[in-house]
Amino acid sequence: MVSKSPTNPLVMVAQALFYGLFAVIIGYFSTSPDYHHLDPDTALIKLSFSTQAEPVGECRERTPEELAKLAPNMRAAKICPRERSPIRVSIDLDGKHLFEGVAPPSGLSKDGPSTLYRRFEVPAGEHTLSVKMNDNVRISDFNHVREEKMTLKPAQILVIDLRKDRGGIFFE
Amino acid sequence: MQRIESFFDEIFGAAANPWRHLGALGFYFLWIALATGIYLFIVLDTGIEEIHTSIEYYTHEQWWLGGIVRSLHRYAADGLVLVMLLHILREFLYGRFHGFRWYSWITGVPTLWLVYASGIGGYWLVWDQLGLFSAIASAEWFDWLPIFNTPATRNFLPGVLTDRFFTLLVFLHIGIPLLLLLALWVHIQRVSQSDVFPARSLALGTLAMLLVLALAKPTVSHGKADLTMFSPVLHIDWYYLFIHPLMYATSPGGLWAIAGALTLLLLILPLLPHPRQGPVAVVDPPNCNGCRRCFVDCPYGAITMLPHPDKPGHELARVHPELCASCGICAGACPSSTPFRSMDKLVTGIDMPQQPVGALRAEMERKIAALRGQVKIAVFGCECAAASSRLESGDTAVLNLMCSGLLPPSFVEYALRGGADGVLVTGCREGSCAYRFGTRWTEERLNGRREPHLRPSVPAERLRLAWADRHEMSHLKATLDDFRQHLQTLGADEKRPRAYTPRRIVQHG
Repeated sequence: MVSKSPTNPLVMVAQALFYGLFAVIIGYFSTSPDYHHLDPDTALIKLSFSTQAEPVGECRERTPEELAKLAPNMRAAKICPRERSPIRVSIDLDGKHLFEGVAPPSGLSKDGPSTLYRRFEVPAGEHTLSVKMNDNVRISDFNHVREEKMTLKPAQILVIDLRKDRGGIFFE
Repeated sequence: MQRIESFFDEIFGAAANPWRHLGALGFYFLWIALATGIYLFIVLDTGIEEIHTSIEYYTHEQWWLGGIVRSLHRYAADGLVLVMLLHILREFLYGRFHGFRWYSWITGVPTLWLVYASGIGGYWLVWDQLGLFSAIASAEWFDWLPIFNTPATRNFLPGVLTDRFFTLLVFLHIGIPLLLLLALWVHIQRVSQSDVFPARSLALGTLAMLLVLALAKPTVSHGKADLTMFSPVLHIDWYYLFIHPLMYATSPGGLWAIAGALTLLLLILPLLPHPRQGPVAVVDPPNCNGCRRCFVDCPYGAITMLPHPDKPGHELARVHPELCASCGICAGACPSSTPFRSMDKLVTGIDMPQQPVGALRAEMERKIAALRGQVKIAVFGCECAAASSRLESGDTAVLNLMCSGLLPPSFVEYALRGGADGVLVTGCREGSCAYRFGTRWTEERLNGRREPHLRPSVPAERLRLAWADRHEMSHLKATLDDFRQHLQTLGADEKRPRAYTPRRIVQHG
């Protein structure tokens, strides 16, 4: 074993070696090994929406008897159900089924927005993307539909969103 | 573990041995990260378009200052994780997580989360493809919890982010490390004279190492974050960002399960069955003069001083049982522990019920009186160190202490004046003491640098110190043999303290 004297050349060399080893361990794992997150020839389709669906029932006019039972300041003529519809989603890619799911309304009274987030890895290239959604339980079929031919570049992210202020389903 | 640490002692010395000061190194890396962070905060532009550009500017254009500071910031943060994990592993392997140590162990667990929260947020701030990846992966992880009305991942859709996001990030990246500092302050509350800065040589060596690393491998960014593209290959920092690959290899719920289970495991470790701790120190008010030496020397702050009820103007030591490590260092510090006191039943100011100073004196007198041989040696050993009891022989009496710090220095003189030709004091290596300061205080007391000190009239030739861990029994034996030979070369009366109370020893013998 070497002498403990800090001026001993062997001690200094040994210290330098261990400091070097420490640096190598810190430096290496700071960036290596590489992480291959996704295949470079793939694209990513993200389904992401957070929106309030339609009420589960129709609004109706209150009868005069119903209005009379209410306090004067509460006598709104129209009453609507508070609960919102769940949002049904169906996605096809090149005629093949990619996803089907339901986003229930949030909140204890089910009156909050429905949210959904999913990601799908697909091969880059030309595709036909068909997205259907229903946000109204009073309609049996899908009331929002969008189908589009597109070319997805490698490493591209395509977002499918539902925004009624932007005309329903849109791709970005 | 002790073998590794002993090996590093030979190279770095115990005071600068990184294995023995992992906690201090962790603090040091944090200090460096905080100091470099101040500069980075000054030059950072938090606009969504400008943040990446400003970082690129000081990384490349101002590499000689900003680039080095950024690299130091990054590597110090990485070093913090590395030494923190080693610190946890070391304390676990030594079994230092239960009994009186439960508090330090439990309060250390939240610091793990805070270190990771601080570090991961720092990667987002760079706002390159790696930062974006980390931000989205973290958001996907947190979205698994039913706590957000709108998924956090929606913040990273095109057109959603604003400058305010980065202002918030900067606030968090400063606030969370400050919380970490607070948590660390809580973490070391039950440790007196905390090791929050390493020895100068270790500090300088570590800083030089970081500087060389910063110059040899400067930290650089990935390409600017693009919300419409992902980066298939990422040079991720595995110290912090390993959780993202782990999540994609399992699931967000799986990662919560792993993180939760590990946290829970760390938290319940102190509650698992473990050896019972011995009785705590007991104060004897009539023999306590309030000198404060036990208060100063206690490694765990388990002693406070109160006004003495019977001696006006004096103080009285008070032991807090929940903090006491039962090491006996306080008994070794008490001036009333001197064996020269004439009372038949020696009672000291603060004592250990399982190894009272009075019983130690009686045992020493009995064993020394029974010694036969050319030279008679008294060995004061430590239960935590090399097994000194194996040194016992016809000419060698061994008194095994709970900690070498329990030894009142006057016992050395008493042994020499009571018939021993030499005294060997052994214990754990410096920095290896199970109770932190046992070895250091003992050495300082025997060298006259700490109270109560060994009287200068005691001949140094007849005292030998040998610090040896459990695996260094051969070193201890060799030291004893060498000491025995050395004593044989001394004349019988040469530099020998005058005999004392031979009558007492005869009585016990």
